[in-house]
Amino acid sequence: MTTTLPPRERTDNPHPDSQPSRKEKKRRAKRDPFAFAYPGWFYAPAGIIYGILFLFPTIISFYFAFTRWNLSSAEFIGFDNFVTFFTQERLFRGFINTLIFGALTSFAKVVLGLLLAVVLTSGIFARGYLRAVVFFPVLVSTIGVGVTFKILFDPFDGLVNEALAVIGITGPNWLTDPNMAIYSIAIVDIWKGVGLAALIYIAGVVAIPSDYYEAARVDGSNAWHSFWHITLPLVRPATITVVILSLIGGLRTFDLIWTMTSGGPGFASDTIASVIYKQYAAGYYGLSTAGNVILFVLVTAIVLPIYIFLNRKSKEL
Amino acid sequence: MRTERIRNLVGGIIAIVVTGIIFLVPFIFILLTAMKTREEANLLEFGWPVGDFRLLENVIEVLQIRDYTVVRAFINSSILTVFSVSIMVVLAAMVGWTLQRRQSRWNGLINMLVLAGLIIPPAVVPTIFVMKTLGIFATMPGLILVEIAFGLSFCILLFRAFAATVPREIDEAAIIDGAGPIRLFFQFAFPLLRSVIVTVIVVQSVFVFNDFAAPLYFAPGAENVTVQLSLYNFQSQYFTSYNLLFTDILLITVPPLILYIFFNKQIVAGLTSGAVKG
Repeated sequence: MTTTLPPRERTDNPHPDSQPSRKEKKRRAKRDPFAFAYPGWFYAPAGIIYGILFLFPTIISFYFAFTRWNLSSAEFIGFDNFVTFFTQERLFRGFINTLIFGALTSFAKVVLGLLLAVVLTSGIFARGYLRAVVFFPVLVSTIGVGVTFKILFDPFDGLVNEALAVIGITGPNWLTDPNMAIYSIAIVDIWKGVGLAALIYIAGVVAIPSDYYEAARVDGSNAWHSFWHITLPLVRPATITVVILSLIGGLRTFDLIWTMTSGGPGFASDTIASVIYKQYAAGYYGLSTAGNVILFVLVTAIVLPIYIFLNRKSKEL
Repeated sequence: MRTERIRNLVGGIIAIVVTGIIFLVPFIFILLTAMKTREEANLLEFGWPVGDFRLLENVIEVLQIRDYTVVRAFINSSILTVFSVSIMVVLAAMVGWTLQRRQSRWNGLINMLVLAGLIIPPAVVPTIFVMKTLGIFATMPGLILVEIAFGLSFCILLFRAFAATVPREIDEAAIIDGAGPIRLFFQFAFPLLRSVIVTVIVVQSVFVFNDFAAPLYFAPGAENVTVQLSLYNFQSQYFTSYNLLFTDILLITVPPLILYIFFNKQIVAGLTSGAVKG
């Protein structure tokens, strides 16, 4: 899992008087007698590594996605790779699964994360211990988690189905049923990631002033009302963080898929990221890069509007 | 008041049982299976080993497998983590610090590139192409540089946010005392950023240590194998020896657990920044 914090624009400024207009900013930059102390070349070392190994490959991917490519020569073939991607069932399934996986895991992490946060910020017994237990899977190797659950999900000997059998439920074929596999992997992803969502929500819930709840209680508000009208609107920044973070992670998901099913059975649980790997391994570099471009466009098209929309809403509040 | 205390206690006990079943049982299962003999482990039962207690023997056997692959993987992962994280921290601190302090028309563009680094999935084959051209494909230095390139954005955001809390008067005093940019940054700013530096180091160490995709793509070859890759290869070869497989998982789970015990606060701080203010 490469969990990264979502893009947050920091608006808090240590100098309250230094939020000037653009013109003002320019004038100050010119006059700032200390500007020389923060030279532009401080950007250079990071910029060179980022530019060569991240930015440049991203830019050229938009050319190579339109080629048949073997690293030494590239033949321009127009939209063929994209047509292949969207018309072949075994590739297109990856696209659909990516959407399902991203939507499902983000939604579950928001709901369960907030629920856990509310419970874990109440006066409940053993709060610190519970937080630690819920959070620890976030830090554990995705491969380790994947291998473990692959065995726990074994339809016959697996612990999950044995436990379900005890309470009289016949467990499904978690990873071997083509209609079930992607959802089983999503469950494991939620299991591993919900601790992070809960942690972010806890930070958000703790920051709400307790006066609000007291005032509401005086006015006769019950717990549900307080949650709906105070907690929920005021944890909005945390929700933005959780949604964006889960989407970035969920839409790019690869490690867990690759460890648990390798996209199988057949191609039933492929995602775009696993298709990219499979096409790369098979030597179809152009097609693999087209997959990369599709993933780029998909992630940007989903995350960016949500980011802008949710941020604007929170400023209005 | 008393009923509330009882309710909290009962709620707590229920929560301990439920989270125990959901979150702890898989880890206990790993530990128990790693203690068992091969025959017993392959039954995949959840229970204390009835046969011999074999944890130590299993650890030794796992380490020796295929000419000490796991040991080599641990050495490689340590090298990768130490080098990439320390370089990443210094470079990202320079950028985050300057970005917060210096007003220029480039700030907008740089902020955008930082966000791009977080959102955009790396272009796999073009990166391999660039690395091959530079002669760093399938080498440890190449992999270190890739991890730096992919991790910078996250670090820069944390440093930029933290630099905003360091009063500018401190810089000004240092500058008036005659400190140049390099001395100002390394001698004055860097120590002030200490708490965020610890956070970034711990969080990024966990990310890099746990990373699977970058080593898989950019550093193939037995001599570059990292712990995550070795575990992945292990599962396809040792699916008949669950005791050894789970011992390997146990070994790989231990380093993050140790970090979590010692740096709980820093990890939480790093992962929740941005949750409160928009």
